[in-house]
Amino acid sequence: MAADTELTTWTAARMAQAVASGEVSAVELARAHLDRIERTDPAVHAFLHVGAESALAAARAVDDRRAVGEPLGPLAGVPLALKDVLTTSDMPTTCGSRILAGWQPPYDATVTRRLREAGVVILGKTNMDEFAMGSSTENSAFGPSRNPWDLSRVPGGSSGGSAAAVAAYQAPLAIGTDTGGSIRQPGSVCGIVGVKPTYGGSSRSGLVAFASSLDTPGPLTRTVLDAALLHEAISGHDPADSTSLDAPVPPVVAAARHADVAGLRVGVVAELSGEGYAPGVITRFNETVELLESLGAKVTEVSCPHFTYALPAYYLIAPSECSSNLARFDAMRYGLRVGDDGEASAEDVMSQTRAVGFGAEVKRRIMLGTYALSSGYYDAYYGKAQQVRTLIIRDFDAAFEQVDVLVSPTTPTTAFSIGERADDPMAMYLADLCTIPSDLAGNAALSVPCGLAPEDGLPVGFQIMAPVLADDRMYRVGAAIEAALDARRGYSFLSQASGLAQIDDAAEAAR
Amino acid sequence: MTQSTTRPADVTPVPFDEAITRYEPVIGLETHVELGTVTKMFCGTQVTFGAEPNSAVCPVCLGLPGSLPVVNKTAIEYTIKIGLALNCSIATWCRFARKNYFYPDMPKNFQISQYDEPLCSDGLLKVEVDGQEFTIGIERVHLEEDTGKSLHVGGATGRIHGADYSLVDYNRAGIPLVEIVTKPIPGTGAQAPEVAKAYVSELRDLLRSLAVSDVRMEQGSLRCDVNTSIAPAGSTEWGTRTETKNVNSLRSVERSVRSEIERQAAVLDAGGRVIQETRHFHEDTGKTTSGRSKEEAQDYRYFPEPDLVPVAPARDWVEQIRAALPELPAARRQRLKADWGLSDLDMTALRNADALDLVAQTVAAGAGPGQARNWWLEELSRRANDVGLELAELAISPEQVARVIALVEAGELNNKLARQVVDGVLAGEGSPDEVVAARDLAVVTDAGVLTAAVDEAIAANPDIAAKIADGKLAAAGALVGVVMKATKGQADATSVRELILQRCGASS
Amino acid sequence: MSITRDEVAHLAQLSRLALTDDELDHYAGQLDEIISAVARVQEVAAVGIPPTTHAAELVNVYRDDVVEPSLPADVVLSQAPAAQDGRFRVPRILTED
Repeated sequence: MAADTELTTWTAARMAQAVASGEVSAVELARAHLDRIERTDPAVHAFLHVGAESALAAARAVDDRRAVGEPLGPLAGVPLALKDVLTTSDMPTTCGSRILAGWQPPYDATVTRRLREAGVVILGKTNMDEFAMGSSTENSAFGPSRNPWDLSRVPGGSSGGSAAAVAAYQAPLAIGTDTGGSIRQPGSVCGIVGVKPTYGGSSRSGLVAFASSLDTPGPLTRTVLDAALLHEAISGHDPADSTSLDAPVPPVVAAARHADVAGLRVGVVAELSGEGYAPGVITRFNETVELLESLGAKVTEVSCPHFTYALPAYYLIAPSECSSNLARFDAMRYGLRVGDDGEASAEDVMSQTRAVGFGAEVKRRIMLGTYALSSGYYDAYYGKAQQVRTLIIRDFDAAFEQVDVLVSPTTPTTAFSIGERADDPMAMYLADLCTIPSDLAGNAALSVPCGLAPEDGLPVGFQIMAPVLADDRMYRVGAAIEAALDARRGYSFLSQASGLAQIDDAAEAAR
Repeated sequence: MTQSTTRPADVTPVPFDEAITRYEPVIGLETHVELGTVTKMFCGTQVTFGAEPNSAVCPVCLGLPGSLPVVNKTAIEYTIKIGLALNCSIATWCRFARKNYFYPDMPKNFQISQYDEPLCSDGLLKVEVDGQEFTIGIERVHLEEDTGKSLHVGGATGRIHGADYSLVDYNRAGIPLVEIVTKPIPGTGAQAPEVAKAYVSELRDLLRSLAVSDVRMEQGSLRCDVNTSIAPAGSTEWGTRTETKNVNSLRSVERSVRSEIERQAAVLDAGGRVIQETRHFHEDTGKTTSGRSKEEAQDYRYFPEPDLVPVAPARDWVEQIRAALPELPAARRQRLKADWGLSDLDMTALRNADALDLVAQTVAAGAGPGQARNWWLEELSRRANDVGLELAELAISPEQVARVIALVEAGELNNKLARQVVDGVLAGEGSPDEVVAARDLAVVTDAGVLTAAVDEAIAANPDIAAKIADGKLAAAGALVGVVMKATKGQADATSVRELILQRCGASS
Repeated sequence: MSITRDEVAHLAQLSRLALTDDELDHYAGQLDEIISAVARVQEVAAVGIPPTTHAAELVNVYRDDVVEPSLPADVVLSQAPAAQDGRFRVPRILTED
């Protein structure tokens, strides 16, 4: 690896310190990452848009502030990859969809604005499953992203581009959004940290909605501390989002630094295990539970009987909301317009545009949601799903009476191959089995790497679920696991990623 | 959808008076009122009228991807105010819902509305028609957002059918809209059209008194959908109703009910059945025509709006709003009637002419109630009629009318001159005093000039003068006319008469 | 069979998706499978359990009636597929609102 690519392997926390101390400039950091993106993204395809000029301008502004002695925030000058579902006033926002190709929003999402205010340098917009619907990024209209551990495999989804960018050292930080697991699942299969904050803890203003009652922006990073720093930077009450919580941000950074689980009560969810789970996933999960015990945690098994109904409830609630949220893409005010020949009616142009502009999974979910909300079916489907949601919240409430955090594998398998589940929606949906309950209940959850599955050498994620607004607890646990595994391993987790070598070889060959 | 509904050919309407002997109507009204908030329902964009197209829009009211609604608190307050004034119960907890359907003037292709959880429900409003009181049940009052406006280009002017394309302006999109829905109103018989009109009129007065909307029907800030059904007299079941959309004047409310009753009677007489459908009222013909058939099943797929949280108005807030309600129109009319000493008939006439506020303001400016009533209901109503304006649209203010009345009472103008002063004011010549000065309209009060004119008249009509001298005082009128003519009307007739009697040696 | 091809055609119409006959067949099979699977929610959801629309238990989130700036006119129409006279130009509309 060349000298500047070594710079890209630093943690975000270290980069920020280096910028603040003058060890490196923000511009140098931005250049190093832009350079790495240029060389590696043909193989990874993490980005849909790279904003080199705006990134360098933002980096220069940080360096200027430092030069005049202004205090810098804890992430000032650190580069970041932004999921293309959050609006940016200086870059297009496409949501991985043909229907929005080239759309230039006139406003910044609240998350975007807070990142800019924190001096974070936004490198570009990352690939995703179209409108965040999917678990592989294969549903992107602009082609799939690839998993840096094995380029023939998916990086997960829907925030697959963000996860791949972080794992490929294209950025130390990325923002994803989680609706059914879309941060944690790609985090898990790319061997990085992925966090879904408490619903309402991070603003949805400017997040192009998939399922409004579930969508939550959150961090994807290589370390738990970096995730906490990013979590803190984007969080807090936003009056532009009526569902934003007017409460203090939980002390996540302090918790990530604390990394102590002695005496903590940890509940293993009985229902999130067994058939359908890869043996390597179960092996690493069990080892990590034992590790926690060895660190002083009190581990018990907890039953959440309704979690097995979370997946069907989710696949009614999310499509219902999406069928309504995506109605605005109608070729009238922005985006793609197809079939306007002067004869066709508005109704026809809408239908033709939507047929061409949306991919198969989006169309499936729109029709499924339309069905679930139709008169005559509402009570049997949408109504029942909402009752299940209540039961899942009750399961969580009961469990958190007994334990401080709940744990499970993040996803039942490691990264699957590109194309393997592409036209088998039911198989694809299983990837979110363990992550969905926390989306439905709105509580916080974090995925931290816990080793490689022996059978395929691919990363396994360990999920920690915490009560609403107790996000700090999962950071404590995640940081403790990370520290113990790093100490035991003695080398960087990501250095085992064979895909990274392939990427670097390809980049070398291209030179 | 390929389904088409066969409709009976156009039928010749049954004359209303005949129809109503055989059929019993049930009516219902859905009224949409744009609230007079400063900003829109779910965003801080200013509410404007007549602004440049698409100049009052933001990401939220344009429905741009990623934008989120936030509820305008004043809109909630105004709606509660309306609900309280209509004797409704105010919900302790309710939600907004999405009403899903595609339409180019609706930026999100769903309307944020309320479905089965309205903010206010179960109220009433009393109206009076020809001295008879009707209690109109209020089903619900709820809040929603308005849509944009389409301009249809090509084809028949301004009509949607046959247009080549449309141009959309979203300035109106997102303006808070209150929907007030009555319960079905049976038992109004031949008065159904008048009851419908009286309800909308009373509602309009109520909304104005609450200062929650400027309620200008002609500008579309109050729009009515009128439901009408008829059933054979004595039938225990109601007929199939039609919904006549966007009836936008009081007169049209009345006419649309009348014409629907006439049309439906003809359909039933011919052995047909009334189709449940949306109809459109045409001001020019006074008739309704068929719109989209409701049987073509709009499935709105209502569900709770996930971008908003429930509205749970605190009881003490509701009570504060109740305590601050202004005097409502019915109570005010009672008070004014007593204060002014006018008859029921006078009060009804004032309301029908929409002159109550004008008279009240004229009285407030110092005029006597009787005089104020006379001027507005007679002279000024005639002028308004002549030029096809509403009374309030005349270019004369209540204060100016009060000044004219004061000039008459002071003897500086007579009635004829006063009318000329009003002419001048309406013609834009300035205030009453300016018109008096410019047109030199003051009553002739110079005793010498008057006496000379009277003496001249007596000299020219000795026979009449003799009759007066004989005590036939009524004959004086003829001489008054002569003098008034001679002074070009600028004399005070009473003074002239007294002077004639005096010069003829008679005493009054 | 929980959903017929005709029903899928109706859903596509309601959702404004112009689907080909082949697509209708394809989606009908997949939607049938998905709907059969998600219908499991009916096994547990019993009478008396309140529905949850939102995990966050917030109420009365309002803003004050205070003006914020509108978008500049050129920005408003800059992304429009077609515009004319300061307005969004759309194809002819068939149905009245």
